[in-house]
Amino acid sequence: MDSLIQNMQGIPLNHYLIFCSIIFAIGVTGVLIRRNVIIIMMSIELMLNSVNLLLAAFSAYRGDASGQVFVFFIMALAAAEVAVGLAIIIMVYRNTKSVDIESLSKLRW
Amino acid sequence: MGAIITLSLLGILILYLGLYKAKNALLPVSILGLLGALAYELYYWQSDAVPMYKGMVLFDHFALAFSMLCIVLTILILLLSKEYFKSISENIAEYYTLIIFSLTGALMVCAYHNFAMLFIGLEIMSVALYILVGIRRKDKASNEASLKYFLMGAFSTGFLLFGITLLYGATGTFDLAVLKEYIIANPTEVSPLFYGGILLLLVGLCFKVGVAPFHFWTPDVYDGAPILITTFMSTVVKIASFAGFLKLFSMVLIPLNEFWTPVLLTIVIITLFVGNITALMQTSFKRMMAYSSISHAGYMLFAILSIGANSASGILTYAIAYGLSSIVAFGSLMLVKRHIGSDQFESFNGLGKTNPGLAFAITVAMLSLAGIPLTAGFIGKFMMFTTVMNDYHTVLLLLAAINAAIGIYYYFRVIVHMYFMKGEGEEPVQLSINFKLVFGLAVLLTIIIGIYPDIIVSLI
Repeated sequence: MDSLIQNMQGIPLNHYLIFCSIIFAIGVTGVLIRRNVIIIMMSIELMLNSVNLLLAAFSAYRGDASGQVFVFFIMALAAAEVAVGLAIIIMVYRNTKSVDIESLSKLRW
Repeated sequence: MGAIITLSLLGILILYLGLYKAKNALLPVSILGLLGALAYELYYWQSDAVPMYKGMVLFDHFALAFSMLCIVLTILILLLSKEYFKSISENIAEYYTLIIFSLTGALMVCAYHNFAMLFIGLEIMSVALYILVGIRRKDKASNEASLKYFLMGAFSTGFLLFGITLLYGATGTFDLAVLKEYIIANPTEVSPLFYGGILLLLVGLCFKVGVAPFHFWTPDVYDGAPILITTFMSTVVKIASFAGFLKLFSMVLIPLNEFWTPVLLTIVIITLFVGNITALMQTSFKRMMAYSSISHAGYMLFAILSIGANSASGILTYAIAYGLSSIVAFGSLMLVKRHIGSDQFESFNGLGKTNPGLAFAITVAMLSLAGIPLTAGFIGKFMMFTTVMNDYHTVLLLLAAINAAIGIYYYFRVIVHMYFMKGEGEEPVQLSINFKLVFGLAVLLTIIIGIYPDIIVSLI
């Protein structure tokens, strides 16, 4: 564990920060521009995983375990969310035979 | 904490009751369990407010008052549910269970003292709601609403988490009290990560409470969801999210208000105009209520914008007024829709003649939402406007007054339809005893708070 933390600290914190921000931005862009619901869900997972990585990095740098514990919370709740989300997508697919977000345009103002 | 544990166990119990086909016991057991949770909250009222479970939760008067409000509103909503669930599905135990689980999350959001609890509470609240919104599996509007809500909810959770992570990176803690000490200890040289974190948190929370420019999911979801679930979302969930929002900003981020006030001010102004002007153009009552809930979110943000000694009690008063009126409005929509089969304004035509009592209840609710004196809504708006006035946001005050006037127009449209337009049928809408009880109670409380606001204002 100690060597792992030392390895993590071998990379400057800013690099983690920039890397995670880029992954997060890719996730956000994916949610905004992709039309396939499954890909949108993958992009959301990408956002959450960039948060996980950043939390682990901060946690290693500060020598504080609470950040890593938070990662477990995020993983568990993301899994619960995905379970519900996939069920919703299957329900929509059964009714519309499509997973394209454009096919959902019944509700407009 | 007793209330949260009671509600978690109650949810599981209800699920088992559904398994053993004890359908008639579902509603009484749920109500009893909720009353038990309410009693726990009342019991904690006297005890000292110290963070419990290693600083995870804090049951101060603020958290207890909002928790009690959420529980009471849920009881009222469940009382309306009796015939409603039977008419749309066979498996009604799941509805009660999911609503109760969602309420558990709402109580956690009201009482959090650590970001872990905020995150878990928001997720428990939302995941149950994703299912509830889409619970009519064959209905395409409900499907669509559910998918949109899920995608937007998960998206906003991402922003919220990134914000929390940046605050953690700057301070090394998730605990609100330690975060507050950090800000007070370095008022001038707060890490830049912290500022980024505040902005991302703001985006995430604005998504959750549904204020412009992050509101676009709200009307679609409120419109597509079953009416009862819309009621739950627009009252309990919104109020709990606001409690969490206010707690974070009033407890922790208040010393940095020079940084976030301009951002929030812009959000408030956009929200007021978007909510009110779009509500003007609606022909469907349900969609009008969805947009009006956006504009009410804008008014509630006033309390966060200029945090002072009165902002907690102001937001509580506003939330009570808004919650009670929304329940009456949506409950009457449920009845009218069952009777006529449409949720347009026209379905309210002639209600003043056929159902004078129901029409009176709707009138009081609309007056309260519009903020006319002698109703609770007026007191709420008055307190919000006073808090803003104390901070000399005169431009905002002017714009808010214009918006309140626009609001009066579309709320009065419902009243005009009820009293001055001729309806098609002469048959009165049938009200069961539960509806009469809930409407009576809501109207009574609205008027009592409108006349004697002191009972609520001095609470927190």
